Amino acid sequence: MTDTAHTRRTIPDRLGTKTSRILASWEVLLFGVAVLIFVFNAFASPYFLDAWNLSDATFNFTEKAMIAFAMALLVIAGEIDLSVAAIIALASTAMGAAAQIGVGTPGLVAIGIGTGLACGAVNGLLVSGLRLPSIVVTIGTMSLFRGISYIVLGDQAYGKYPASFAFFGQGYVAWVFSFEFVLFAVLAILFAILLHATNFGRQVFVIGNNEFAARFSGIPVERVKFVLFLLTGVMSGIAAVCLTSRLGSTRPSIAQGWELEVVTMVVLGGVSILGGAGTIGGVVIAAFVMGLVTFGLGLLNVPGIVMSIFVGLLLIITIAVPIIARRIREMR
Amino acid sequence: MKKILKHREILLLAIIAVMIAGFASRAQGFAAPGNLANIFNDTSILIILALGQMTVILTKSIDLSVAANLAFTGMAVAMTDAAYPGLPLILLVIMSIGIGACLGAINGYLVWALQIPPIVVTLGTLTIYRGMAFVLSGGAWVNAHQMTPTFLNVPRMPLLGLPVLSWVAIVIVIGAWFVLTRLPFGRAAYASGGNPTAAVYAGIDIGRTRFFAFVLSGALAGLCGYLWVSRYAVAYVDVAIGFELDTVAACVIGGISIAGGIGSVGGAVLGALFLGVIKNALPVIGISPFAQMAISGIVIVLAVVFNARAERRAGRIILRDRAAPEISA
Repeated sequence: MTDTAHTRRTIPDRLGTKTSRILASWEVLLFGVAVLIFVFNAFASPYFLDAWNLSDATFNFTEKAMIAFAMALLVIAGEIDLSVAAIIALASTAMGAAAQIGVGTPGLVAIGIGTGLACGAVNGLLVSGLRLPSIVVTIGTMSLFRGISYIVLGDQAYGKYPASFAFFGQGYVAWVFSFEFVLFAVLAILFAILLHATNFGRQVFVIGNNEFAARFSGIPVERVKFVLFLLTGVMSGIAAVCLTSRLGSTRPSIAQGWELEVVTMVVLGGVSILGGAGTIGGVVIAAFVMGLVTFGLGLLNVPGIVMSIFVGLLLIITIAVPIIARRIREMR
Repeated sequence: MKKILKHREILLLAIIAVMIAGFASRAQGFAAPGNLANIFNDTSILIILALGQMTVILTKSIDLSVAANLAFTGMAVAMTDAAYPGLPLILLVIMSIGIGACLGAINGYLVWALQIPPIVVTLGTLTIYRGMAFVLSGGAWVNAHQMTPTFLNVPRMPLLGLPVLSWVAIVIVIGAWFVLTRLPFGRAAYASGGNPTAAVYAGIDIGRTRFFAFVLSGALAGLCGYLWVSRYAVAYVDVAIGFELDTVAACVIGGISIAGGIGSVGGAVLGALFLGVIKNALPVIGISPFAQMAISGIVIVLAVVFNARAERRAGRIILRDRAAPEISA
């Protein structure tokens, strides 16, 4: 999108070592921020250092982080999906409608994930099949998916989910570790393997760095992108299952504005918005940072909208600081 | 290229005319001049915002913070008016444009000086500006009875058959047309989006052009802050939430390429009117207003598909961007 893209493309052979070095320091920096926030919170509020409170705090980011993993891959490949929150709304509405006619828990989960998959396929077909710019396409499908929820529900809400369905959002696997947190951890490992240790992950990086070269190297660019949109859809579906189960009800305005928080998480995690660089580890730390910030501010009775100022500032500052630092270094 | 663009606008105009005729057959009086003037007045704010958004998109950027800017500025002028009822309206209008331009300048500066991608900058400032509106007001509303009558009434005052709000939109449409087609800035905006490399060689400062595009978009958003608050006679934090997407939608429908460099003022205005007609028609023909969101979603997707085909056929860009999809075909 900007001119920096050109410099990025001109020295692709040196990029590997250079970016990995910058990224290593980025994650260390981010980890330091997380520790600082943790310590600050512990001093600011006497309720912070409590296993159950901390466990509650994880719900602030687990669902968003699940989507952020898939989004990270998509952004690394040079695309974006702004419809993720709308997919949650549509999947949740589909599950709600099914629950009203008595579909059991396994059926509901299948419907939620299936809806996500279908929405991802729509995005994927439009972007990689018709080769349209993903940012506008997903702004459109964002309106479309959430719009369908509004048509179905209007100002109504679905409740009455089966009792066993509550496990995904409210259940605990062991001690203070909730099902959601364990799922988050497992997915983090799976995505880290997918991105950093498989052929597919390498292809994602190549596409993001130089789509032109990727095509000449025989990488099925459109197919990889399509799969990434499917993956993002599925993760949104899984997030929808967790969120719906946690809230126990569905409104069309569910998860409103989450797409921005997910993108913030991804960018904060050190993934280049221009594509071609990023790690799952960074996204995991970014998830903790955002969760800790919002939870800590919540304990201090800071209203949610003021927290969003901090999230917005965090996004801009974390991107601006390395750029300014590099400028200062270059000036010497 | 000009021919295709003209075709496109005429086509869009024809679609809008057919839509109005169709709605009029279901609901008598929909096509009456009075109702059409009403729809235009109702769409005025969207038209103004879409023109600002278009200028930004032309330079290969995007401004997602316009609605948040509108909310903050609207809150600021409404509170000022409530606190100092003696202030003349013109000062408040200048203040709204000034605040809006400052917020736009912050976006522009981050994009220009720090080279942060515009989508990231405005995604961040979108939450910050709306958060600031909350901090400013403490979550309180400014209601109609707290605002002065002049503040509320001037935009609705009829002038030569149309409310002042409509005239403001018309003046800004003409102004945008003049700036984008008759001034060096307009040329620079088209060039820095159409082919940034060539623009640099031609001596155009892309960063500066983007900066001013953001300032312009911010100033228009600020003005709309006043117009919105006075039109709906209330100011609160969630004013115009999500409206930034409507402005992008209006641009996309109007044939403005999200990749930058392509589009016209007429297209943006027609794109906004297209959405305005749909919005006003739904309740008239008995479709639930809840369907509006899905319909605009479908329209956006269709418009993008249509745009992509038109751009491909045009073949205007001789030096293709290296990442362009045509290369593999």
